Amino acid sequence: MRLNSCLRQCLGLLVLRHAGTAWCCLFQHGHGVCVCAPVLCSSGHAPESGCRCVHLDQSLWVLLVVRKVNLGVGAYRTDEGQPWVLPVVRKVEQMIAGDGKLNHEYLPILGLPEFRANASRIALGDDSPAIKENRIGSVQSLGGTGALRIGAEFLRRWYNGTNNTATPVYVSSPTWENHNSVFLDAGFKDIRTYHYWDAAKRGLDLQGLLDDMEKAPEFSIFILHACAHNPTGTDPTPDQWKQIAAVMKRRFLFPFFDSAYQGFASGSLDKDAWAVRYFVSEGFELFCAQSFSKNFGLYNERVGNLTVVGKDADNVQRVLSQMEKIVRTTWSNPPSQGARIVATTLTSPQLFAEWKDNVKTMADRVLLMRSELRSRLESLGTPGTWNHITDQIGMFSFTGLNPKQVEYMIKEKHIYLMASGRINMCGLTTKNLDYVAKSIHEAVTKIQ
Amino acid sequence: MALLHSCRFLAAPRLAAAARASSWWSHVEMGPPDPILGVTEAFKRDTNSKKMNLGVGAYRDDNGKPYVLSCVRKAEAMIASKKMDKEYLPIGGLADFTRASAELALGENSEAFKSGRYVTVQGISGTGSLRIGANFLQRFFKSSRDVYLPKPSWGNHTPIFRDAGLQLQAYRYYDPKTCSLDFAGAMDDISKIPEKSIILLHACAHNPTGVDPRQEQWKEMAAMVKKRNLLVYFDMAYQGFASGDINRDAWAVRHFIEQGINIVLSQSYAKNMGLYGERAGAFTVICSDAEEAKRVESQLKILIRPMYSNPPLNGARIASIILNTPELRKEWLVEVKGMADRIIGMRTQLVSNLKKEGSSHNWQHITDQIGMFCFTGLKPEQVERLIKEFSIYMTKDGRISMAGVTSGNVGYLAHAIHQVTK
Repeated sequence: MRLNSCLRQCLGLLVLRHAGTAWCCLFQHGHGVCVCAPVLCSSGHAPESGCRCVHLDQSLWVLLVVRKVNLGVGAYRTDEGQPWVLPVVRKVEQMIAGDGKLNHEYLPILGLPEFRANASRIALGDDSPAIKENRIGSVQSLGGTGALRIGAEFLRRWYNGTNNTATPVYVSSPTWENHNSVFLDAGFKDIRTYHYWDAAKRGLDLQGLLDDMEKAPEFSIFILHACAHNPTGTDPTPDQWKQIAAVMKRRFLFPFFDSAYQGFASGSLDKDAWAVRYFVSEGFELFCAQSFSKNFGLYNERVGNLTVVGKDADNVQRVLSQMEKIVRTTWSNPPSQGARIVATTLTSPQLFAEWKDNVKTMADRVLLMRSELRSRLESLGTPGTWNHITDQIGMFSFTGLNPKQVEYMIKEKHIYLMASGRINMCGLTTKNLDYVAKSIHEAVTKIQ
Repeated sequence: MALLHSCRFLAAPRLAAAARASSWWSHVEMGPPDPILGVTEAFKRDTNSKKMNLGVGAYRDDNGKPYVLSCVRKAEAMIASKKMDKEYLPIGGLADFTRASAELALGENSEAFKSGRYVTVQGISGTGSLRIGANFLQRFFKSSRDVYLPKPSWGNHTPIFRDAGLQLQAYRYYDPKTCSLDFAGAMDDISKIPEKSIILLHACAHNPTGVDPRQEQWKEMAAMVKKRNLLVYFDMAYQGFASGDINRDAWAVRHFIEQGINIVLSQSYAKNMGLYGERAGAFTVICSDAEEAKRVESQLKILIRPMYSNPPLNGARIASIILNTPELRKEWLVEVKGMADRIIGMRTQLVSNLKKEGSSHNWQHITDQIGMFCFTGLKPEQVERLIKEFSIYMTKDGRISMAGVTSGNVGYLAHAIHQVTK
């Protein structure tokens, strides 16, 4: 394997120089340490970060294994630490590649019709009253981000009067950092936070959240994470969602759901869509920005959908016509490839079943890593409580590590995570669980 | 309570009552159909077997069918066989693609390219690239809010720049009396543009008129633009498609840069690679040096991230493989010339058919004009008749997409045009 490939794929890399003439690449996969044959590199080649370079004496080999774990990655990884293209996606891609009848013509401005209808159906449910009453609309978008942006641009122009940039937009504290930028760049001037994460109890600050909603000006926009809250992994329970909905209804607050992990969180599409569907059943008009990046593993094809639920078909039609104008000056019409893959999958009962299975595979692995990490920390007697690791849901977990402890993890243990203490569970594997658990234990006991 | 002080905000109790009873969206107006893409929608609804879609600029072969380039199919086969992962692209896009895109536009011997004093980011085809540029100028080009477009220009230019927060002005360009370039008028207007304004130029195959300046005229425009110290924004959506020669079509862009004008540029691969729905495009800023380019790049990424995070891979990867694989690149150049040649052939046939119909008008502009579009000179009422009586669809300004004309329907088209103009 050539040096570039090693460096890209390995988890920990050692580059040795033997007798000053050749490099030997020693790299560690999930399944152990391998030595490859000496490869010639240009002299003066600087080692990649994470490597240690040792000048050798003749035939003396010194092994300095630099182990590193990336818990900051924003995508799913297998137990071997590799990206995973869903088997159903590979299958459908080959189908598309082999279909000589398909061309690359422009999609309509609002996107591929079969994609739009089915994507919204996934979010709202087959038996959704809103779908039955024909009062939903969909805009195919460039990922979840694109869906958020189109929704934000529309709201700034048409919500709460016209061109009302002063309408407060509330995002959770903390939230995905791009939420702020999306709404700011769409023209909103007043972005506020609502209480969400309770660091002391490592859970949802429901009372703080409800208080903020009571105090928010009427008609404020609230960005709600449909499931698998990013970055905390902490979701309201159904009862808590009911309380949230009651306040929002009474205060005329606008629900804008961000649904980036449907299916990925619990393994069940329906369970992960419960909150959105509850709000619909309560008669809300709402937006839901959907991403298929994670649950289809289609990250780089930018597949997203903005679902619009309105009071009736006429209102929804007018809303879509204005969203069309916004899309036309942003990207004209959306990319075809990812939408085709999703539409093909969702419209075939067999492929749909395969997809749900693939999604459950990912969700189950994450759930397993959660329970394994928690049990190790508890066995080690790591100070503090660790049930939040399994209480939290989805890709991310707010460990509760403070910045100093995080620094220790990075500098001393080469375990990379966010300064907030957020880890991506997908970065954990059966091979590195022990190391990570021990490292967390060290960080917590050594650093306060 | 925060003050909701929008000038059009309704009093809270009234809005609350309204909200209880009806929708948040009661006051949302129905948007009009898109002037260009709406033509295709109307065409699709028409049941006349003789119907022709000369609206949107999408190439058709001589059977009137969409044409997937052979080099594209080969690139796709290569991609399918490699079974690559689907990890996010960087915000700025696929590096092999952006680099090849810059080289295609600037030329491999370009000093600007070789020195690295440019930044190219992947954009969502031409529109997305234009929008990134427009947003960038709105944020960082503080000298002026005015963008000067040629009269006329592509219909979507105005709303793109407007939505980005800029203002639109115009300079004379098309002379309806001669159906060609009003060069004196253009130079006169450009000479009066306030310094440090933004001027948009179509690199080749002007849309909608098909009227391009000759090289000597480009030279004069470059000198004037330099004299007025204007920020030049080139829109190049048809490189290769206009003359059949990618270098010839990029001549103006390259000349301006050689004259020391640090342009910004948007490119599209929708037409010249037939990648329409895959949305492959690029936005480039020519900078003073590589260091400035790095700073500009960082700001472009900050603009892109809240729009769609990072761009779609498929189209860019196809384009990249074609541009970077010598045999495929050669094949592509032949195919793009083939498309350009077919269109040139259709122009000739349309004119000769009009003569055969007995039309007494001068139709020379049809063969003088270049690229996908032809500004027929037809008036709105005549366009209306073509649509209603003959099911021939085009935009209201009389623009027809020659790509939609075939040897099978050019006779019918000539007949219809003659009927409404005799």
